[in-house]
Amino acid sequence: MGDLAWIIISSLLVNNFTLVMFLGLCSFFGVTQQIGTALRLGLANTFVLVMTAVSAWFLNKYVLGPAPFLRTIAFIVVIASAVQIVEMAVKKFYPVLFRQLGIYLPLITTNCAILGLAIFQTNRGYDFVQGLAFAIGAGLGLTLALTLMASIRVRTELTEVPRIARPMAIVLVIASCLSMAFMGFAGLGTS
Amino acid sequence: MSTTAAPAPAPVTAPATASAPPPLMDDLLRGILRENPVVVQMLGMCPTMAVTNNVANAFAMGMATLFVLLGSEFFVSLLKKWFPTEVRIASYILIIATFVTLAELILEALVPDIHKALGPFIALIVANCLLLGRQEAFAARQPVLRSVMDAVGMGGGFTLSLTALGSIRELLGNGTWLGFRVMPAHFEPWIFFALPPGGFFTLGLLLLAVAYVRDRRADQRLALART
Repeated sequence: MGDLAWIIISSLLVNNFTLVMFLGLCSFFGVTQQIGTALRLGLANTFVLVMTAVSAWFLNKYVLGPAPFLRTIAFIVVIASAVQIVEMAVKKFYPVLFRQLGIYLPLITTNCAILGLAIFQTNRGYDFVQGLAFAIGAGLGLTLALTLMASIRVRTELTEVPRIARPMAIVLVIASCLSMAFMGFAGLGTS
Repeated sequence: MSTTAAPAPAPVTAPATASAPPPLMDDLLRGILRENPVVVQMLGMCPTMAVTNNVANAFAMGMATLFVLLGSEFFVSLLKKWFPTEVRIASYILIIATFVTLAELILEALVPDIHKALGPFIALIVANCLLLGRQEAFAARQPVLRSVMDAVGMGGGFTLSLTALGSIRELLGNGTWLGFRVMPAHFEPWIFFALPPGGFFTLGLLLLAVAYVRDRRADQRLALART
């Protein structure tokens, strides 16, 4: 049980997917103008992460044994299908959210965090429950990073940022500070 | 075999200069500076940050991406007529994933050390938005030759930015360049630059520099137009 708690804390804070491991940066920079959208995208990501963890475990256990070099291809196909399903569901049930997320919803497929989760899970040999814990921790970590970033970015709209730093450079400096803050969690233990 | 009708598909804000280079040259050069994937388009951020704490890794990642981009743009452009619209993205991803697997096996055979250092980030080339973006925005509409030039340009621009980031980070974070000691012996390495926050910060600096140069150029052009 302590093992599971550690996996969650580790992927949520110590090895935060976005701020420490650099996974899922496209949406981190692209969809963090508004807090609400960022939060919802984070949750959609969490959902896809959990689905990915389940499918990756299944693939590793029953399909990829004899041909490990097909891992990348198999994972990406499964992830693309999972995202397609989520996209259809969101389009049907939350049309407003669908419009807000725009291009970034199909881009969850090319979100490194999703494929990264599948690969890390395989490399570390997690079993089914550990994989689930990993996915939930990572998803919440992503959500946390996205929401924090959006909250700070909303404030930079009201401050006097130099003109040349306006579109992106300031965001990267903010990301750097956030990342530094998360480095502080490294004291929680070794990964 | 293909229609050469559609010109520049992306809403490019290129100034219509009098001496516009021929399209093939333009396809090649565009990716290097004007539409550089990293510092202008902000695509493919994950490998950009994750592997640039030293030059060798950054360069290897750039070359691997160039290889995958070249292979996938070639095939997507060649086969574009046969992709049904609904599953075209999935088809692109399959082609990309095939080349990524190839790249991973090649790197493992040629430079096992770098393969080990890059770790999961080689497989993650599949998830690089730059690749899918170029297929959708360029290769799916343009003839093979132009797509190949575009791939070389974009891949080259990507490699260039990654190497620049890697150089800054390795120089300041470790005092070396490509493993050779450059900084004076009493230089205390700024570990910050080798750690994740340093990655964000260095790219921020690079973006600032690019924005500054562009800003000055725009000012100059404006002043020139006024006189």
